[in-house]
Amino acid sequence: MTAPANRPHAAAHVAAHDGVPTGALPDAPLLHVLTPKWLTARARTVSTADGRGTRVALLGVVGLLFWSVVFAVLYRLLAYFKNVQEIGPLLAGKLLGLMLVTFFSILLLSNVITALSSFFLAKDLDLLVSAPVDWLRVYLAKLLETVLASSWMVALMAIPMLAAYGIAYRGGWAFPLLAVAVFVPFLVLPSAVGSALTLLLVNVFPARRTRDILSVIAGVTAAGIVLLFRLVRPERLARPEGFRSLVEFVSVLRTPTSPLLPSEWAQRTIMGALTGHQDWLALYLLWTTAAVAVTCGALLHRTLYLHGFSKAQESAQRVIQAGRWSALGQQLLAPLGVLRRELVVKELRLFFRDTTQWSQLILLAVLVVVYVFNIKFLPLHGEGVTFFLVNVIPFLNLVLAGFVLASIAARFIFPGVSLEGRTLWLLRSSPMPVRDLLWAKFWVGTAPLLVLAIGIVGVTDYLLQVSAFMFLVSVLSITLLTFAVSGMAIAFGTLFPQYETENAAQIPTSFGGLLFMMASITLIGIVVVLEAKPVYGYLSAEAFGTPADPTEMIMGFTAAALLCVAATVVPIRAALRRLEVVER
Amino acid sequence: MTLPPTSPMIELTGLTKRYGSFTAVNAIDLTVPAGELFGFLGPNGAGKTTTLRMIAGILKPTAGTVRIAGIDLAADPIAAKAQLGFIPDRPFIYEKLTGGEFLRFVAGLFGQSGAEIEHRARELMALFDLEEWRDELVESYSHGMRQKLIIASAFVHRPAVIVVDEPHVGLDPKSIKILRDLFREYTRRGHTIMMSTHTLDAAESLCDRIAIMHAGRIVACGSMADLRSGSAHDSGLEEIFLRLTGQRAARNLVDVLDA
Repeated sequence: MTAPANRPHAAAHVAAHDGVPTGALPDAPLLHVLTPKWLTARARTVSTADGRGTRVALLGVVGLLFWSVVFAVLYRLLAYFKNVQEIGPLLAGKLLGLMLVTFFSILLLSNVITALSSFFLAKDLDLLVSAPVDWLRVYLAKLLETVLASSWMVALMAIPMLAAYGIAYRGGWAFPLLAVAVFVPFLVLPSAVGSALTLLLVNVFPARRTRDILSVIAGVTAAGIVLLFRLVRPERLARPEGFRSLVEFVSVLRTPTSPLLPSEWAQRTIMGALTGHQDWLALYLLWTTAAVAVTCGALLHRTLYLHGFSKAQESAQRVIQAGRWSALGQQLLAPLGVLRRELVVKELRLFFRDTTQWSQLILLAVLVVVYVFNIKFLPLHGEGVTFFLVNVIPFLNLVLAGFVLASIAARFIFPGVSLEGRTLWLLRSSPMPVRDLLWAKFWVGTAPLLVLAIGIVGVTDYLLQVSAFMFLVSVLSITLLTFAVSGMAIAFGTLFPQYETENAAQIPTSFGGLLFMMASITLIGIVVVLEAKPVYGYLSAEAFGTPADPTEMIMGFTAAALLCVAATVVPIRAALRRLEVVER
Repeated sequence: MTLPPTSPMIELTGLTKRYGSFTAVNAIDLTVPAGELFGFLGPNGAGKTTTLRMIAGILKPTAGTVRIAGIDLAADPIAAKAQLGFIPDRPFIYEKLTGGEFLRFVAGLFGQSGAEIEHRARELMALFDLEEWRDELVESYSHGMRQKLIIASAFVHRPAVIVVDEPHVGLDPKSIKILRDLFREYTRRGHTIMMSTHTLDAAESLCDRIAIMHAGRIVACGSMADLRSGSAHDSGLEEIFLRLTGQRAARNLVDVLDA
């Protein structure tokens, strides 16, 4: 036998290896810890999947268009400010400060939420935590991941913004370098603070419960900011004639809004460089504060991370008792038949039990309130406001309402099919016609959207006191548009699914989501253009007594209605065909 | 050899699945009669899961046909799937439903509901020690508990055929024992089970017939006695498996550990 002969040989090797582990293992460098992320990103970039070139090109064009618009609007504004003596640079500085403080709040909030995933819920953590990797490297690697994941959108937005400032005020070749020097600590600081906050929260609550709590906090905070901003009516503050004297106005502009906020330091550094009064102290404060935040974050991480990580593995147990609502729902939905009823009930349960989903409704409700508030304060009842104008506004209101509906559909209806990714095995292996799945998703999304759409248009029409004809046109149009937008959301979500994404919030920002938004806006635009002529004809007839052409009316409205029906049916059919052949 | 099968419940004819130039399943012909517990063995990547997912109607065959209880799966998928219960190897289910709600939902997919389903769901959960977790969200279940819930869901609508991919993964010894008894009793009542597994002793003691897959083909099929008779000497399933799938060519362990 060979075994006894091998034994001493093997034993010698075990002994040799036994000597190595205690303290002699070289620590994996930070870059090595980041290798999987880097390789994944690289694999995505060089992927030659079908249609990838088109996608990249389309995203590039849309991105450039967006940048150009932001740049152009801001540049025009800054060019105007520049010509205003004395207060011009002050106004430009105030505007920059306002944008930066908004960025800072968004960054803080998004870092707290991102840190929860990257530090506590990510799939690579089991491997990383169980490997002999130094705590500081884990912290820095995850912090970098958090900074990148939560700040890329702000960074992209800042490029055209800062370019406009740099060009309008002739910042010179050094300005981009200074902008980078300002933005690095400006992005790292909220990330370190946000990660530390998350670490503290996870040590108190289980990670999954923390996510729920954070979602609600984020929803309420965002809603609060929007509401506060609107109720203050900033458009009134922008008028200098509201102040007692110019001196008072200038002194208000000169006073720093919040001297202790990093956004203020960033603004002072940038505006200082552009106006020739370089404020090195502000830049120094930015860098040192960021360094202190990272150091404190690292120390907190060393003390609390393992306890928090261990706690994050615990699930948040939730006992659900079938209550009266459940029984009532089952009874109400009984006419649908067993299959459709169960599909609808499942959709509703999954939505309302997922805090990250329903908490977005808080923000939505506030946006609707702000929308109606804006309409209420439109100066449409004074002198010189004609019957024509009062009735044209609600028609244009359709465009805005349609856009709101498309955004909501992108958030709630578009991800529907993608979210079934991991459970498609069950649906595909059961005797359920795929049509029923799409049917349930379509109606569960469309019914509340329809109520909202008719509600918004009805209330705004009432506030504006439009004619009965315009009321009918706008309500019917928004109804048909709602069906079309829902149908397209379901269809684009099926044709461009994100089956691997677990976070529903990321799905609407995908390529398919972008295409859906573009298609919806195009549809709304065409419908409004088709209806514009007959509406103009009617309003002219009412206002000036010119004869209305019934053929023109019938043609225009029929074409708009047919387009909406086609936009509902054709995409859903395409989605149905796609879903029938999905293999997962 | 066993007798020619009567009333075939699963019939595969020339079943093939290709992914580009790679052939995962290569022209399989197989018939499983009613009341049989059929086992699929094979090394990783042999094509077992692909075959089972084609039978479950999740993957579309590149060529060939699948008939469940005499119904062509491609021609009438709804009627064929109505006869089927599928248990996948990875327990992905809706995290925000409770165990009880999940079973009710699965029964609903098969058009079944009411007191009888409620009763059966309760019994199945009790069988797998999940009764006290009935009203808890699935997100708080362990891997093994999810697997047990999925197994229960495949039985809740009483299908004629159950297709199971790796049922033992993540289960504790008690649950494995319950599962084996359940499978035996189910097939004794005339239902059919097709199961893929890596647990050779389970296949040997449980299955009426076994097919060994290798590189997308069935390289041996029959009862344990058939498989032994095809072998040079009276060997166990492990020996037969390793010989047919070429697993003996594995590297010398000492060389690997010393590398």
